[in-house]
Amino acid sequence: MTRAVPGAAGVDAGPRRSGSGWPPVAFGVGLLALWELVVRLAGVPEFLLPAPSAIAEQVGAQFSVILPTTAVTGGNALVGLVAGFVLGVALALLAAGARVVGELVTPVVLAASAVPIVALAPVFTTMFGSTTEIPRRLVVTVVVTVPVFVATARGLRQVRPVHDELMTALAATPWQHARFVRLPGAVPHIMTGLRLAAPAAVIASIVAEYFGGPQNGLGSRITSAAANTAYARAWAFVAASIALGLLFHFAGLLVERLVTRSRTT
Amino acid sequence: MTTVHLDEVQKRFGDVHALDGIDLEVAEGEFVSLIGPSGCGKSTLLRVVADLEQPTSGGVLVGGKSPHQARVDQDYGIAFQQAGLLEWRSVVENVELPLHVHGVDKATRRSRAIELLELVGLADFAQSRPSELSGGMQQRVAIARALAPSPRLLLMDEPFGALDEMTRERMQAELLRIARETAAAVLFVTHSIPEAVVLSDRVVVMSPRPGRITDVVTGERPGVDRDVDDVRESSAFFSAITAVREALRKGHP
Amino acid sequence: MVGRARGVGAAVVSFVLLVVLWELAKLLLPDEGVLVGDTRVLPRTDEAAMPHVWTVFGRLFEPEVAGAADPRTVGAAVASGALFTLGLALGGLVLGGVLGMLLALAMQRFGLLERAALPYVVASQTVPLIAIAPLVAGWGGKIAIMGWSWQPWASVMVIASYLAFFPVAVGMLRGLNAPAKADVELFRTLAAGWWTTLVRLRLPASVPFLIPAARLAAAAAVVGAIVAEISTGTRGGIGRLIIEYQQSATGDPSRLYTAILGAAVLGLVAAGAVGLLDVGLRRYRGSVR
Repeated sequence: MTRAVPGAAGVDAGPRRSGSGWPPVAFGVGLLALWELVVRLAGVPEFLLPAPSAIAEQVGAQFSVILPTTAVTGGNALVGLVAGFVLGVALALLAAGARVVGELVTPVVLAASAVPIVALAPVFTTMFGSTTEIPRRLVVTVVVTVPVFVATARGLRQVRPVHDELMTALAATPWQHARFVRLPGAVPHIMTGLRLAAPAAVIASIVAEYFGGPQNGLGSRITSAAANTAYARAWAFVAASIALGLLFHFAGLLVERLVTRSRTT
Repeated sequence: MTTVHLDEVQKRFGDVHALDGIDLEVAEGEFVSLIGPSGCGKSTLLRVVADLEQPTSGGVLVGGKSPHQARVDQDYGIAFQQAGLLEWRSVVENVELPLHVHGVDKATRRSRAIELLELVGLADFAQSRPSELSGGMQQRVAIARALAPSPRLLLMDEPFGALDEMTRERMQAELLRIARETAAAVLFVTHSIPEAVVLSDRVVVMSPRPGRITDVVTGERPGVDRDVDDVRESSAFFSAITAVREALRKGHP
Repeated sequence: MVGRARGVGAAVVSFVLLVVLWELAKLLLPDEGVLVGDTRVLPRTDEAAMPHVWTVFGRLFEPEVAGAADPRTVGAAVASGALFTLGLALGGLVLGGVLGMLLALAMQRFGLLERAALPYVVASQTVPLIAIAPLVAGWGGKIAIMGWSWQPWASVMVIASYLAFFPVAVGMLRGLNAPAKADVELFRTLAAGWWTTLVRLRLPASVPFLIPAARLAAAAAVVGAIVAEISTGTRGGIGRLIIEYQQSATGDPSRLYTAILGAAVLGLVAAGAVGLLDVGLRRYRGSVR
């Protein structure tokens, strides 16, 4: 059996303890203030780094453009996330169910985790056409499948020996074994996979836009604004990307918490 | 008819002779403990009866059937050292598990599980999560789960090994009551001499390398008329303990 | 070693199966793919979209531009592009890794810094930092540091290092904080100072956390370098090659596939480089996890 690479699904910082909130807030505010001050006093040229106030101004001015643009990128990320999640879990179930499938699928997925999957974007574009969102969604799907597969496979493997013995003593069929013990036991791992994959879906969705296709998403807007030397506007779209990434991150975290709430693991 | 019948059972793991020439009978409703130092094969013996291990040679009958058939027919219930409850199921759903696996309908298995939770004194915790229960309570749920298919035989592999001494004594009294009320035979693996003596009709003493039965001592299992705490303070209890201890020493010079 | 041989065999078989699947799709599916309404649910399988596997491999040994004076083969072009990008990605990995480790050490040493900065480091893993790639690209040719004018490839390396920085910082910090309380207290009873505890206890304990973090960082650095090359228009790397070949893909589709193959091999080589680090630090792995 191939041992999964520890942490291959992502550096998992885990749920954070909620301590006193002021140091991070102070740090963030301080950093922003320093940034503003340095840009103003040292006269940093805009192409290098615009001031936060200039970026905020652009966010306000471009808001009516930012919203639909973010929706396009977010939509692609969401579709790919769902498809990749289903695919990853299904593949891991197959791999755990039949040894042959596991031995065949695992090396491909592990190789995929080292390969720049976004480079597939132009291929998908030639295969499916450059006027649709499908190539981008496919890139996101493949990017998401990898961590979800790794996490699910790990969860399905980590059955407590006492549960294995119990199901044997109960003369359970392999399918019952999967349904009563393996799958429910793997749920926390599957949810961790989802949480790690959610922000990765946004990143893949944005990066896929750098490889061409319709010019309607955040990635395209950043590129075109930068090409037009409208640096503050480009940074406004970067800010929107960050907000979208955080949205997916917290949504993933929320789903994970809701699903695993009643457990001790 | 005997509940468990072992005839010249041998078990080898490669070069290791885990069990050698084991002859043992457990009568209906009888409580038999297996005791011995680590590596004497007492757990292996229990697992052979449970069809979790195959004997290398020798005959095994459980309720007159092959161990495999007995397992498929759920003729025995089993409890391990770890309670091994499924943490995503409520307490009552854990007790229902064996019936659920064997396709009993929901209403029947729920009423049976509630009945069993009453038997082990945990009816109030039916809807709790296993993680909300203490170790002793979890082990009682595991025993209730083992009893769900109404087995004639209960196999227990050091079920109280992880509990503190006070809880342990309470659990022993509970188990005696449950065994009496269900009239099931019990095959019980333990490390503790007093535990074996106070619970059992017979204490089977084993020695390691190869795992053999060296002696059988009569235990002090209390009847209906006798309180378990009285047994623990009786002189017969202490002499039985001495007898087991000497049998252990003899088998392990 | 039977298990290992079996694993390698299975890997080979699975990639052969992928090739078979590809050729089967070409054979069985219609050239124009399958459309449901206006949406193409199965890909085009004609020669322009999915060339035969042997055509792609054959293309590696043919000249890059037919009839050009420079008889460089596609394979040589892809290899040199991949090497160029590998250099930038590894440079970024080292730069970002060192900075990440230093930040982790500082956060371990100063609890207040950890509390203040860690949420941002963690959050930065979840936000699309790569979005800034086109912006850093704007630095090219416009700024000079002590007489050295900023080169486009430096932008690429900065982006690669930026992406590699965060996984290393988070992984390293977790590793530094990994030793059991009992071990830390043992060192305290030995009157060991912060430095001794660091060198003898915390650094060795961080290795099992650092390796997977470095693996992630390497993958991130490769993606970062490729994306940065595309958005900065840096010549010489595999990212630029992908875009170049993509633009002529209708006439010469298999060339695009060779470039993507190069990118995949590049990712595997970068992962292999981390694997070497892993082998070098093997004795520190063991029981920590």
